[in-house]
Amino acid sequence: MTEVNSALGHHFTDLAQQREANTLGMWAFLATEVLFFGGLFAAYLVYRSAYPEVFAAGSEHLKMALGAINTGVLLTSSLTVALAVHAATQRARNRLLLFMALTVVLGLLFLGIKGFEYYQEYQENLVPTINFTWEGNNASQAMLFFVLYFFMTLLHALHMIIGISVLLVMIFWAWRGWYEEDDMPVERFGLYWHFVDIVWVFLFPLLYLIGR
Amino acid sequence: MAVTTPTLHLRESYLGISHTAKSWLLTTDHKRIGLLYFVTITLFFFIGGVAATMMRLELLTPAGDLLLAEGYNKLFTMHGTIMVWFFLVPSIPTTLGNFLVPLMLGARDMAFPRLNLASWYVLIFGSLFSVGSLVVGGVDTGWTFYTPYSTTYSNSYVIAMAVGIMITGFSSIFTAINIIITTHKLRAPGLTWFRLPLFIWSLYATSLIIVLATPVLAVTLLLVAAERTLGIGIFDPALGGDPLLFQHLFWFYSHPAVYIMILPGMGVVSELITCFARKPPFGYKFIAFSSLAIAIFGFLVWGHHMFVSGQSVYAGLVFSLLSFMVAIPSAIKVFNWTATLHKGSISWQTPMLYALGFIGLFTIGGLTGLFVATLPIDVQVHDTYFVVAHFHYIMVGGMVMAYLGGIHFWWPKITGRLYPEGWGKAAAILIFIGFNFTFFPQFLLGYNGMPRRIHEYPPEYQVLNVFSTAGASILAAGYLLPLFYLAWSTRYGEIAGDNPWGATGLEWQTSSPPPKENFVEVPVVHNDPYRYELTGEIDPHATVTVDDLRKSHPPNIPTHHATAHKEGRDD
Amino acid sequence: MHLSTEANGDQRQNTQTHGSPQTYLVVYVALMGLLLLTVFASSWGLGATWGLVVALSIAVTKALLVILYFMHVRGSSRVTWLFVAAGFVWLAILLGLVIVDYLTRSWFGA
Repeated sequence: MTEVNSALGHHFTDLAQQREANTLGMWAFLATEVLFFGGLFAAYLVYRSAYPEVFAAGSEHLKMALGAINTGVLLTSSLTVALAVHAATQRARNRLLLFMALTVVLGLLFLGIKGFEYYQEYQENLVPTINFTWEGNNASQAMLFFVLYFFMTLLHALHMIIGISVLLVMIFWAWRGWYEEDDMPVERFGLYWHFVDIVWVFLFPLLYLIGR
Repeated sequence: MAVTTPTLHLRESYLGISHTAKSWLLTTDHKRIGLLYFVTITLFFFIGGVAATMMRLELLTPAGDLLLAEGYNKLFTMHGTIMVWFFLVPSIPTTLGNFLVPLMLGARDMAFPRLNLASWYVLIFGSLFSVGSLVVGGVDTGWTFYTPYSTTYSNSYVIAMAVGIMITGFSSIFTAINIIITTHKLRAPGLTWFRLPLFIWSLYATSLIIVLATPVLAVTLLLVAAERTLGIGIFDPALGGDPLLFQHLFWFYSHPAVYIMILPGMGVVSELITCFARKPPFGYKFIAFSSLAIAIFGFLVWGHHMFVSGQSVYAGLVFSLLSFMVAIPSAIKVFNWTATLHKGSISWQTPMLYALGFIGLFTIGGLTGLFVATLPIDVQVHDTYFVVAHFHYIMVGGMVMAYLGGIHFWWPKITGRLYPEGWGKAAAILIFIGFNFTFFPQFLLGYNGMPRRIHEYPPEYQVLNVFSTAGASILAAGYLLPLFYLAWSTRYGEIAGDNPWGATGLEWQTSSPPPKENFVEVPVVHNDPYRYELTGEIDPHATVTVDDLRKSHPPNIPTHHATAHKEGRDD
Repeated sequence: MHLSTEANGDQRQNTQTHGSPQTYLVVYVALMGLLLLTVFASSWGLGATWGLVVALSIAVTKALLVILYFMHVRGSSRVTWLFVAAGFVWLAILLGLVIVDYLTRSWFGA
């Protein structure tokens, strides 16, 4: 028979079909992620509606400037990922490596800033069940705000860590030329990374900008 | 029609090409993965069954003489968690689904074969935590993990169990993603959506539910674990939280989960009824769309588990109304199956017995669901054996029977052998009788006020409990039979032809068992499904090869040309 | 069967459905602009409700830009759109029906 692109799975008839299947598969997975974070958004909805002033007061203790900078960092990383995917489709290996590396740097920057915020919150006695202290009434309600803050941002950070780890592995493979034949993994990864960015785009105003 | 002695093409089939452990444990062949799952969930079924056996033994007498209360609590938790998450949820999708979906679609494999294998390993890994938690001491919260008991007061291994279930959820999700994408993208040429077998429609709907509901369970269990270890207060009223939030989040998954469990069974029944009545399904599109309707509506009714929990009356009203509505698509299926039987040419093989049993028992279960969806009635029967009987009629009388029916129906395709029909019928009848003796008394018990999840009870309930336990022993015998005769048949069963039932469907257009790549040539579909008017009567012992069928019933058989593959894939 | 021209055909198709770097930069600038808007809007004293509406609207806009352009959904098949929408629609169901209970109990204003 005639030569077939080695990236083609034996059960697919052509690359276009495989590409579309991969994209849909990734979106199906992202739908699960929407609902995964969604459970926490539900808890947030209930408790913020119940304790609006306390949540606003809690939100004021968050470092909005750092949160805003982090949002900018993530949005920039989405740009670099999009450019990386584009480079992969062009089979431009060096550009691909560059933008993947930039994305890693930005991702680590995000985590660094987040970690710094956590450290500051620890210093200010705002960590639930560890050293949480609250002036005034409604201490437990305020703690609920911080529970949601830490839980949601930690879960997000975990997704970032997973993304960065995968990306590091992919940088190695890209350097070995694995994506010359088949750029689909880069595209798939891009979808995941953009999604994690979108989650943060919602977390930022909901956590940092309550009733200011 | 030529009648030749069938030869078992075992060596060239997916079963025979390799025998090493590695070829099984590292397979990406969807058929082998289906068998891996089959063995696994059979094991879980019997573990859950052992728990049920001990529970029914305890309930023979009013006194709590076999077990302590705590022990009994651990048993019903074990029974529930194992049966729900490690048997029912995976059952048909991972066994029959994995095996049949690519075959029915005319594809060579699932869209993501390695993800498929990963899903099995994830199930195994998750089960280590959950079964492990049972081994080291058990969990006593019930499979529903209600707060604040699970988060604050229980002294059992809640977190280990929760982690296990959470991990297993990912296994579900991987399987579901595979089924969805394969159905969208890997259909054979000419196989449009409305030519799909109804089994595919139901699995597709099931997979939609899995993808959208399971993650909420995962994050909820995570919150339970966090609350339990750290006391974060998210479900604790003393800290400003609401225990009911747990129930909302839990049931947002767990109600659709019951549709995850039953929809595949309904898909099997559609296949069995049409084949054994030799008729196309009445109202194909209605049955197909009803699967989607159940999937969607099933997400809108979860509050009917919370009528007496403290949820607002208005929310209760909304959920009650929606629960009535979700019964409609299920009823449509029952009407349509019945109409399919009407004036059909009925055969009484084992799979048909299971299918007919399903229809009757599912109807009873479903009707009693309307009872409990009715607010004032539920106030009386909530947390009684009435509810227990209701869901066992659906899950056991419905789903398990559909599962067994499907296993028997496709057994020749999977193994290349026929099971012994006499034993098959005997087991089916035994199961039907045993089931009704076990669970019908429970309707009466519950209506008369016997609460569920108790190990001792007032003496006036004893007679019906004895009935129920006696029935359970018959049921158990019925379940053990297939274990033996199916295993026996893999070695000594009569060799099956490619299509012993004369069924339509692409899976029957390849050899039994199929070759690894499923089809020698990719089929091309020209006809609507279920063209039973073109097939003859059923004779599983007559050997009909694919060539014979092609000669005698040309319109029904896909011609094997690997032509343009663009058609049939439009979504 | 198709040959390696398949790969080239794919590439051409990619740049058609997938954006160009210029598009990405434009979208990026818009995103950063929206970020600045969000930050400033929080200081306008809109109050709790309107502040939330504005903030969420901006967040949704940002998300849409990322989805349509960075994630190449614009110009994708109908099925892709359906998959994208499904997750969010279902999230709305979860949030919507949960809040029905809490709104109709005297749980708020506690």
